[in-house]
Amino acid sequence: MTARLRRVVAPLLFYAGLVALWQALARLEVWSPYLFPGPDAVLAALERVWENGLLARALEATLTRLVVGFALACLLGGAVGILTGAVRLADETLGTVVLGLQSLPSITWLPLAVLWFGLSERAIIFVTLMGSVFAIATSARDGVRSIPPLQRRAAQVLGASRWQTVRYVTLPGMLPAMAQGLRLGWAFSWRSLMAGEILYVSDGLGHLLQVGRDLNDTPLVLAVMAVIVLVGLSCDRLLFSPFEARVRARWGLR
Amino acid sequence: MRVETARDTSPPAQGAVAPLLSVRHVTRRFRTRRHDTVALADVSLDVHEGEFVCVVGPSGCGKSTLLNLLAGLDRPDAGTVAFAGRPVLGPGPDRVVVFQEPALYPWLNVRANVEFGLRLQRLPRPVRRARVDRYLELVRLSRFQRAWVHELSGGMKQRVQLARALAVEPRVLLMDEPFAALDAQTRDALQAELQEIWARTGCTIVFVTHNVREAAILADRVLVLTPGPGQLQRELPVPLPRPRQPDDHAVADLAATIRAELARGGGAQ
Repeated sequence: MTARLRRVVAPLLFYAGLVALWQALARLEVWSPYLFPGPDAVLAALERVWENGLLARALEATLTRLVVGFALACLLGGAVGILTGAVRLADETLGTVVLGLQSLPSITWLPLAVLWFGLSERAIIFVTLMGSVFAIATSARDGVRSIPPLQRRAAQVLGASRWQTVRYVTLPGMLPAMAQGLRLGWAFSWRSLMAGEILYVSDGLGHLLQVGRDLNDTPLVLAVMAVIVLVGLSCDRLLFSPFEARVRARWGLR
Repeated sequence: MRVETARDTSPPAQGAVAPLLSVRHVTRRFRTRRHDTVALADVSLDVHEGEFVCVVGPSGCGKSTLLNLLAGLDRPDAGTVAFAGRPVLGPGPDRVVVFQEPALYPWLNVRANVEFGLRLQRLPRPVRRARVDRYLELVRLSRFQRAWVHELSGGMKQRVQLARALAVEPRVLLMDEPFAALDAQTRDALQAELQEIWARTGCTIVFVTHNVREAAILADRVLVLTPGPGQLQRELPVPLPRPRQPDDHAVADLAATIRAELARGGGAQ
């Protein structure tokens, strides 16, 4: 067996074995089938919510919140990060606030968000934003700091204005640290969004999970969990990891 | 400046025309918590249009400080620095620095790095393309124009930096020990190429180095600086014919003279 074939076949066998074990345990009914459904039941539940449109609706609501919240976090976190990375005074003031608030688990923003915005989309987007904004700001700041001062001076002697130095040196130069920060921020946003949806807000995958609990529908709960894993994983594997790998290759960091 | 300008290799008559760069009674101090270091003390010198001047001195004699002052990256505590008759107030593309470290942009390929200064000036695309082609050719990197920075050797990186500086067609190139971190063979090759580039472009070069032989190969005129505080000890004109080779007897003799000057100034390493 070639190494390449093994890389494909070994995980496949592993997961097939895992599902088979799960199915066998469910068949043996060691635990009640209501609490421990087999993969067939979970798949059936997934099919059901797919066909009645519940899953599509939940996915749409969740992904919209995630994209909006994360995009806002990128803009805000990027701006704060560049400011604190470039200006010492901003770092000593705003930068310490960022560091302090970073230690706050993002779901603790939810009560405040509900008080401010009510049980609305804005509340949940706020929580999603808060989940990642500090991680993004910190990595943007580190990215700006990591740019060799000589690169900025080289731009100056070639005639760059202050604004041109930011535009042509700082922004592209911070990318390696930023790629890592975006990936991390996305994961944080994803977690806080799920927590928020379970706790308060209607629609979305978290809410669907909660519906499954209310109906004592364990297969549905497991099916939605699988979808959450799948969405999180594919965003990382299809978007953020390739982006980070590309940047690192371009910079010659391996 | 222009490529392909035929030039007279004899140094220009001094005193006849106003100097391009003029340093008058410049003092620069650096204060740290404990020490007050005088990097340059009352230094005066002129550089004329088209001249190749080498500034030689041991580490810590303030030669990089001098170059930063000429570039406008730093300001003197006393005295004046003037370029083309006007005081130097900040950096500008008429006085480009070539640093010891390549300072290239890893997110741009070789071509885009050379084009960097031209984009800043918002030159039209055909002009940029022609200039980049010309200077890539001049530093012999046309074949590598699509390469990424991390794929280049140290000598190639310095060639890219040189092309990037030349592309904005500055009146003065300020070179801060640009070959100091390279191996001996690459350094020899680049010294030869720089002589050729200087002859073809006609630009003025101020070249800082601690390598006396390098100064003897490259310069029309060598300025010897002494350390602590940095002062101009002596000016040596170099009337040798070009191109010069590192093993020429005359070059070796001159290097010995410069070395003796340095030793006399207490700067022997």
